[in-house]
Amino acid sequence: MSNKQELALMAHLMRRAGFGATQTELEERVAKGYEATVDELVSPSEDQPGGNMALLLRYHPSALLPGGVPVMGQANWMYNMVTTKRPLHEKMALFWHQVFATGNSKVDNCDQLLEQIDMFREFGMGSYKDMLVEISRNPAMIFWLDNNENHRDAVNENWGRELLELFSMGVSNYTEVDVREASRAFTGWTLGNKVPRLPYGRFPWSFEYREEDHDTSEKTFLGHTGNFGGEDIIDIILKEPATSRFIMRHLYNFYVADEPQVPSWTIEPARDEEALESMIDIFEESNYDISAVLKFMFNSDFFKNARFEKIKSPAEVVAGTLRMVGQFQFPEPGIKDIGNQPTYMGQALMDPPSVEGWHTGNEWINSGSLLARINFVADRVANTELPGVQSIINKMKSDSVSSAEELLDACLENMGYLTLNDETRIHLADHAAQAGTMDWSNEEGAGERIGEMLALISATTEFQYA
Amino acid sequence: MTSTKKDPVIVVLQLTGGNDYFNTVIPYNEPLYYDNRPSLAIPQEEMIKIDSNLAFNPSMGPVKELYDAGKVAVIHGIGYPDSPRSHFRSMDIWHTCEPDKVGTEGWAGRVARELDPNKENVLTAINFGHGLPRALAVPGVPVASIADLGNYGLLTGISDKAQRSKALDIFSKMYSPTIGGSYVSDYLKNTGMDAMIGADIVKVAPQMYSSTVEYPNSPIAQHLRDIAQVYFADLGTRIFYTQHASFDTHAGQGPAHPALWKDVAQGISAFFQDLEEHDSGDNVIMYLFSEFGRRVHDNGSGTDHGAAGVSFVIGNQVKGGMYGEYPSAKPEHLEQGDLVPNYDFRGAYTSIIEDWIGLDAKPIVNGSFEKLPVLK
Repeated sequence: MSNKQELALMAHLMRRAGFGATQTELEERVAKGYEATVDELVSPSEDQPGGNMALLLRYHPSALLPGGVPVMGQANWMYNMVTTKRPLHEKMALFWHQVFATGNSKVDNCDQLLEQIDMFREFGMGSYKDMLVEISRNPAMIFWLDNNENHRDAVNENWGRELLELFSMGVSNYTEVDVREASRAFTGWTLGNKVPRLPYGRFPWSFEYREEDHDTSEKTFLGHTGNFGGEDIIDIILKEPATSRFIMRHLYNFYVADEPQVPSWTIEPARDEEALESMIDIFEESNYDISAVLKFMFNSDFFKNARFEKIKSPAEVVAGTLRMVGQFQFPEPGIKDIGNQPTYMGQALMDPPSVEGWHTGNEWINSGSLLARINFVADRVANTELPGVQSIINKMKSDSVSSAEELLDACLENMGYLTLNDETRIHLADHAAQAGTMDWSNEEGAGERIGEMLALISATTEFQYA
Repeated sequence: MTSTKKDPVIVVLQLTGGNDYFNTVIPYNEPLYYDNRPSLAIPQEEMIKIDSNLAFNPSMGPVKELYDAGKVAVIHGIGYPDSPRSHFRSMDIWHTCEPDKVGTEGWAGRVARELDPNKENVLTAINFGHGLPRALAVPGVPVASIADLGNYGLLTGISDKAQRSKALDIFSKMYSPTIGGSYVSDYLKNTGMDAMIGADIVKVAPQMYSSTVEYPNSPIAQHLRDIAQVYFADLGTRIFYTQHASFDTHAGQGPAHPALWKDVAQGISAFFQDLEEHDSGDNVIMYLFSEFGRRVHDNGSGTDHGAAGVSFVIGNQVKGGMYGEYPSAKPEHLEQGDLVPNYDFRGAYTSIIEDWIGLDAKPIVNGSFEKLPVLK
């Protein structure tokens, strides 16, 4: 591979396993090597911390415990995505949030949702079994799916049903009796003393197991009979082939290429059955270790070849752009706006439209969200005062970018080694050619030309893909 | 759209945060009103009396004028059973008409889908403000969202006019349909063209607009003026949506609540004057709602989240007057200290959807609910 090809592959990896990377970072990572970069993403060292919450607390105290002001919680998460030195952990938190979609529309306690996201950071790359146990005990989830209303003498099936349908096996792989039996096994998994929000305000919630409210009688679940508790149900779920397939298809859909929407997975075949099966094998051989699958997947040919096969989610658009232009590396004023931006584009973080999460792929795009996406990116990449744009301009100057074609190519490289369809390329190349070769004696004019070209690229259909 | 009678249009105005029913339409003969509002009761000489029992908040003078002209229907005790008293959940219920589960389609978006099933007009429904309220969100239904009409469009960050028009020209070339594109790339191109066309159509509105009505400088009045401009431009928009915030007056309600209503009432007044000036008063109604009312007893400086609230339907084609009953404030009739709703909000939607827009409301509001004869 040529150096350019290596950089383009690295840009692909960083877009998917993180939120994009600047040219400088890409060059550093290429020097380290692709596999070494995957290893580092999966197992970052101690000196590669997540977002600096102490710093955020100092400048925006309400972003740490946003309570009833969810936008500050959203700003908190966006700040993490933009500044973390362990981007795959943050991306995995976003992945689990899409799978275990929990929303403030009901929870009405953004502190608890941030705590759930933190749990995803901590457990998101370990054993899927541990993750299922953790999410079963997670206070925001318990309240979201009413498991605090699930009692030994009055079963509430909401959690039991979604655990099977959305969080592990997928629809049509179990019966209504299984839903009921699973729900019974989770009776007594509740909230410790959830203080009513009014008139006291929001208090931290906690998990509590109440033995006296747990249904201890015999249950028959997916053909197994016994006096099961919640963890036994999880163990049985894990042994079901449907579970591995469902979770691996989620991972493929999130990291490799857009699949149809989740509810149609029972009907629509997988996009790449061979790839999916190889992921399932690793998952089961490794005893449900998510990291093992991630390593395998990122190093696979099917991943490396799946360039621009996904539509970026709004969070990816916003975090990726802010990283590129170098904004909010510090918790500067105006942080609330970056919390709002994904919402404007149709992805209110920690407030998904339902427990099914967001519809992804081309369903991210409607006329309103497309305008919001394009304008957000274009406004920033055309702002030649932003540090990231400045360094793009400086690099082009030191590389003596001269012809119109060179200008277009250099801009595309800086936007993640984006490739364009022939027609799109012709229109942009024509435009660049009209202004002739770059005139570096007029530095301001040259900078503005670059900014304009970056903005036009951000308006292409191609840029909407990750 | 060839008939001479214009299509009915609705403007939804959301009072975000939970509007205090008790201090909006005041039961001034009710001793419990004064007992429960030691800090916030409005003196009788300041309130605007409507009849022998009820009065408007002092800053609702412009609403009273419309009421006296027979153009305001006041819907009492509106809400739904078992109010969760959470802004987010409650607003969600009002938006999706799903009190028992998390809904995915907004009622106003469903109305837009019925009105324009083939998506012939990208401007059938427009929100004025940032983002998209869930009331308008339905997968596959194009809805424009305009934060600032004067600055709405694609690549608005390019300030140089010639440069921007060049950029838009390149955009339209890049988004032109091509042969052999994938489904997703065709979809992206169509959507991009829709967005540009919508922005392009709507930008003529401010240029075509002229009016002697002066709107106040409040955000809600400015949104209502933007709505008037787009409506007068005759772009086929049937649903306009906007909101004013924040009615969440836990503290400092004394000055805050009248100030909020002053902005709303003056904005509404200007809007309806503008409609009259443009001979359009018969084609538009406005619906005002809030996600809940507030606690009966004040907390010393404000009020906490409650349940039953009040809605208003306003317009020439509205049969003005009082609808329903003011819920009892007697302690034994309250739930958790709140007025109990006695009228389901989905009935109000049904009245508007069926008697004004002319659609079957059942699939839109998820069931059959009692209508009120608020429309002529």
